[in-house]
Amino acid sequence: MPESMPLALAEAGPRGAAAKMSIRALDFYYGDNRALKNVSLDLPDRQVTGMIGPSGCGKSTLLRVLNRMYDLYPGQRATGEVLLDGENIIGPGLDLNLLRSRVGMVFQKPTPFPMTVYENIAFGVRLHERLSRTAMDERVEWSLTRAAIWDEVKDRLRSSAIGLSGGQQQRLCIARSIAVRPDVILLDEPTSALDPISTLKVEELIDELKQDFTIAIVTHNMQQAARCADQVAFFYLGEVVEVGSAEQIFTAPRERLTQEYITGRFG
Amino acid sequence: MTSMRSHGRARWRRVKNVFALGLGGVATVIGLGFLAWILVVTLVNGLSALNLALFTQMTPPPGAEGGLLNAIFGSAIMILVAMLLGAPIGILAGTHLAEYGRSGAIAEVIRFINDILLSAPSIVIGLFVYQLVVRPTGHFSGWAGAASLGFILLPVLVRTTDETMRLLPITLREAALALGAPQWRVIVQVLYPAARTGLLTGLLLGLARISGETAPLLFTALNNQYFTADLSQPMANIPVVIFQFALSPYDAWHALAWAGALLMTLFVLVVSVGARIALRRRVG
Repeated sequence: MPESMPLALAEAGPRGAAAKMSIRALDFYYGDNRALKNVSLDLPDRQVTGMIGPSGCGKSTLLRVLNRMYDLYPGQRATGEVLLDGENIIGPGLDLNLLRSRVGMVFQKPTPFPMTVYENIAFGVRLHERLSRTAMDERVEWSLTRAAIWDEVKDRLRSSAIGLSGGQQQRLCIARSIAVRPDVILLDEPTSALDPISTLKVEELIDELKQDFTIAIVTHNMQQAARCADQVAFFYLGEVVEVGSAEQIFTAPRERLTQEYITGRFG
Repeated sequence: MTSMRSHGRARWRRVKNVFALGLGGVATVIGLGFLAWILVVTLVNGLSALNLALFTQMTPPPGAEGGLLNAIFGSAIMILVAMLLGAPIGILAGTHLAEYGRSGAIAEVIRFINDILLSAPSIVIGLFVYQLVVRPTGHFSGWAGAASLGFILLPVLVRTTDETMRLLPITLREAALALGAPQWRVIVQVLYPAARTGLLTGLLLGLARISGETAPLLFTALNNQYFTADLSQPMANIPVVIFQFALSPYDAWHALAWAGALLMTLFVLVVSVGARIALRRRVG
């Protein structure tokens, strides 16, 4: 049994929610390079888990395991268990498209598709559901409203999404993810390319979204982790050093490494 | 002492600079000069031969007046068929290389062979189609002409599609896949729209490339003095008409050859400029 596992279980979130996703003894390899070492971590249902750590510590890699994005690249493989509602998603024979409809992802750089604002949202929905015109209109409005961007784009649904500002594009990408109605949303440094105002809007949004979705956010910004996350995991050299409530990690870290990282002594 | 030496070196450097600039300038003048000469001669001779009869009458027998209608039509229809045959195959093959065979050894081999095809002399392709179509059917035909143009078009489109698609950011693919989209939908609904100006540029460049080809048509479509829309018959076309009329001793035929040359030059010019504009819009 991995050493960090009892810890992760004990810290299943401040509100003691059940785990939506459970990572158990996960190893990940880029070719021969072992990028994740025996990682165990729970993502509590409808809570925000912040992943922090210096560059190259494996936190983005972990995110890309959770929706099997690594499958795109030959030579990358994972061993161990990642349970989504009790089902292991690492094994063979899994319907990746179905998995990704349940585990959405928003990337560091906004990635609007070269189509209209409306079509950007509808594209993902159409992959998994057949909706009538009215139902689709409602879904588009619902997701854009949930992503706090409806007021800004409601008059330009039929114009190209490429014309939106960076902050708007990122919220559109969030809307696009939630339109598919996933269980889990993975955010990979979602605000690192945004200005402070847009960053604030996205952070407020994350707080809203956790009512409905389980969220994992990778961030280099400690304040952001402190503001947004319920649970924080600190990664170092491919290992989970410490998991705990945001309050505990930032005020009373148990590990010396964590202490040194959050006080800015390396990273 | 040191400043004196560096001063001398600076002067020597300036001399070399003037010399190199001079050489470059002369080379440019020679290259562009001949190009301008060709264009001016084509323009002058072509414009004086330009009239409405070009577009209403057939290529004439020796000593008579006539036009280029059958040749213009023949060229247009063979180019159209070549595009219809070559474009889907070329774009699909390029897509396969860029999206499915990104790093495979087979893809590298295909890319290498495609590059060879890209620079293959067009007369070789003409001979190939002659063996493939003309010999078995026993006569020259528009189909054979269109096929040879299609074979020339194919590697151009494979190359431009492959390169355009590979330039698209990987994040765009990941973003679409992350929504649970199967790869073919990512390609058709996300990547093609993102690459559309590049694909269009490839099509236009390919169009410009095949519309001036003469050698492969000599072996395949040959020529036809009369109007025909039947692709199983030999077909008139601008390049071969220019070739035959320019070699003839008749002034009326010479004039028609110049007019044909002008029309073709203008067509290629318009298509190339169109491709440039499309390309610039993508970068801008």
